[in-house]
Amino acid sequence: MDLFEYQAKQLFAEYGVPVSLGEIAETPEAAERAAARIGGVTVVKAQVKIGGRGKAGGVKVAKTPADAKTAAEQIIGMDIKGLTVHRVLVDPGADIKEEYYVSFLLDRTNRTFLAMASYEGGMEIEQLAVERPDALGRVPVDPIAGVDEAKAREIVAAGKFPAEIGERVVPILVSLWKAFDGADATLVEVNPLALVGDGDGTKIVALDGKVTLDDNADFRQPRNAGFEDVASANPLEQKAKEKHLNYVKLDGEVGIIGNGAGLVMSTLDVVAYAGEGHGGVKPANFLDIGGGASAEVMANGLDIILNDPEVRSVFVNVFGGITACDAVANGIVGALDLLGDEATKPLVVRLDGNNVVEGRRILNERAHPLVTLVDTMDAAADKAAELANAGK
Amino acid sequence: MAIFLDENSKIIVQGITGGEGTKHTKRMLASGAQVVGGVNARKAGTKVDFDGAVLPVFGSVAEAMAETGANVTVGFVPPAFTKESVIEAIDAQIPLAVVITEGVAVHDTAEFWAYAQGKSTRIIGPNCPGLISPGKSNAGIIPADITQAGTVGLVSKSGTLTYQMMYELRDLGFSTAVGIGGDPIIGTTHIDCLAAFQDDPQTEAIVMIGEIGGDAEERAAAFIKANVTKPVVGYVAGFTAPEGKTMGHAGAIVSGGAGTAQGKKEALEAAGVRVGKTPSETARLLREVIS
Repeated sequence: MDLFEYQAKQLFAEYGVPVSLGEIAETPEAAERAAARIGGVTVVKAQVKIGGRGKAGGVKVAKTPADAKTAAEQIIGMDIKGLTVHRVLVDPGADIKEEYYVSFLLDRTNRTFLAMASYEGGMEIEQLAVERPDALGRVPVDPIAGVDEAKAREIVAAGKFPAEIGERVVPILVSLWKAFDGADATLVEVNPLALVGDGDGTKIVALDGKVTLDDNADFRQPRNAGFEDVASANPLEQKAKEKHLNYVKLDGEVGIIGNGAGLVMSTLDVVAYAGEGHGGVKPANFLDIGGGASAEVMANGLDIILNDPEVRSVFVNVFGGITACDAVANGIVGALDLLGDEATKPLVVRLDGNNVVEGRRILNERAHPLVTLVDTMDAAADKAAELANAGK
Repeated sequence: MAIFLDENSKIIVQGITGGEGTKHTKRMLASGAQVVGGVNARKAGTKVDFDGAVLPVFGSVAEAMAETGANVTVGFVPPAFTKESVIEAIDAQIPLAVVITEGVAVHDTAEFWAYAQGKSTRIIGPNCPGLISPGKSNAGIIPADITQAGTVGLVSKSGTLTYQMMYELRDLGFSTAVGIGGDPIIGTTHIDCLAAFQDDPQTEAIVMIGEIGGDAEERAAAFIKANVTKPVVGYVAGFTAPEGKTMGHAGAIVSGGAGTAQGKKEALEAAGVRVGKTPSETARLLREVIS
C-alpha cells in the first residue's frame, strides 16, 4: 500500500527524520486558514498516490492565504493521471539552497534491501538513473545488520555527498532506515531532501516523501488500516475487502472467479484472447477465492461480481487442488438460489481436479438455465466471451 | 532420480498440530510420503494419530532430526512465527526447508534469507505449494492424484497453475514439480530448478511457469540460453494485469513499466524458449518439442 505524502512525512517525523510538516486541507477555505496559521509563503500540494504532480499543475506556491485558497480551488478535484485530488497539503515555503535524493527499498533481484543516494536530487529518480547514473550511489543493506552510522557514511560516500553535508545526512539516513524497518516498508524515498535556509544558518529537511508498506505486515502494523484511502477506493473493491476476498476491478465485461492467484491471472489472459474473436470483450475483474474455498466464499464472490453493472457474463474457473469441486458447485447453486430473480447474467463454469465428478453432477442435476458447464479452460473462456458479447 | 525430493526423503512438519499442518500431514501420508514426525515446542513428547499413523511431536527441528533422521521440513507455521521457525530449521542444518505459509512479511523473509546465506539449508517458498516427485515423495500441498512419475520437470510461481499443468500433461508424468512461490523474495528460484532439472537424468523436458513482477523470468531466460540443453517451454501469467495493482500474489505487480508479462515472454523467446498463450497451448508446445 502506498501512502500519501503527508502520511509519509508524519511517519518520517515519528522516527526522527526532519520534515516540513504542514497542514492537510480538504477545502479551499481550510487551505486559506492553514496558510494563515503557517504564515509567510506556503506551498499547496495535491495529495495523490502517483508521481509527476508538479508537471500536472498539482503543486503551487502561494504568497498569501488568499493565494493558497485560489491554489486549492484549482487543485482540489483536479484529475492527475486518472486519480482525483481530494485534499491538499499546505506546507511552509522553504528557501531551498540544494536538493538531494535518498531512499531505501526492497531489491527483489538480489533478495535484500538497497540504499540509493545522490547529492544531485530534485529531478525524478528514473531520469537521474538514466541521465547521470554515476551520480546515483547504490549500496546493498543487509536485512539483519541494518543501517548504523558507519553504513550511512558508506551510503553518503556512494552518493558523492561532500564531507560536511554528508555528515549532516548520516543521522537522517539512520532515522530513515528505522522508519523503513519499523513500519515494514518496501520503499521509503525522500526527493528532495533539501538544504534550506534557517535564520542565519541552514538545515536539512525532507520536503517530500514516498512510502510503500508491505500489506503482509498488516498483522503487526495495526495503524495500516487507518492509511486506507477509502475515498478513492472502488466500491466493489471495498465491499470485497470487507468480505476478505482478493478482488481487483478491471475494465471489461466478463466477470472472473477462480482459485489461486496464478490460475486467475491466467484466466484473465485467456478470456482477453478469446474476446478478440467476440467483439473485443475483456475480463471485468480479478477474483481469487483461494485454496479450500467454501460454498459461502463462492456465494460472496458471485454476489460481488453480479453487482458489477459492466459484467455481461461470468466465468468460474476452478482447478480443485485442495478446493473440492463439489463445494464450488454447491456454492454456485446456493448463490443462484439466494439471488433468485436478481440473477440474470449467464455463468460459464469449468471444473477440474478434486471431486470433479461430484461437482459436475451437482451442476447438471440442478440444470440452472443460467449455467453452462464447459470441459476445458480455453473452450469455457471462449463461451464466456461469446455470451458477454451477445449481452452487450 | 528427481530433484530436491526422492524416495529417501524423510519429512517432518513444523506446525504439525495446527489446522493446516494436520490436514496436509494426512494428505502427505496418504500419498505415500515418509512423514516421520513434527515440531511444536509446546507439545513436545506427545504423539498425534493421523488416520492410524502415529507420529511423534518434538520440541525442535534439531531434536526431530536426531531422533528420526529427517532431512526435509515442511512449514505450516503462521506468518508471525515463520521467521523464527525457518531460522530454527537453518540452525539445525536440515538440507531442505519448504515454507508453505502465505502472508509472510517481506522483511522477515529478507532476514531469514540473509541468515541462510553460506549455510546448508535449501529453502523453497514462502507462499508456495511445495514440491512433489510423483511416486517417490510429496512435501507440501500439491495433490498427489493428478499424475504419476514421468519425464517432465516443472517449476512454477503459482500453485494452481502447477496443478493445471500437471493435469494437462498427466499422461507424460513428472520427475518433480516445484512450486517456488509468488512472494517478492523466495528461496529456491526458477534458475535453481532449471539447473537441477538439467542435471537430473529422469527429466527430459522442462516447463517453466512465471508471472508478472520482478525479473526472475528474464534472468531464467539468460540462464537457459547459457546452460540448459534440454527442451524448455514457458508460460507467463498476467498479460492483462494493470500497472500498480497487486494480483493476488504479493510479488505479482507491474511497477514502473517493469515486470510485464510481455517483457518476460519476449526474453524467454529470445532465449529460444517457446511460450504458450494459454496453459493448454503450453502443454501442446511441450509435446511438440519432445516428439
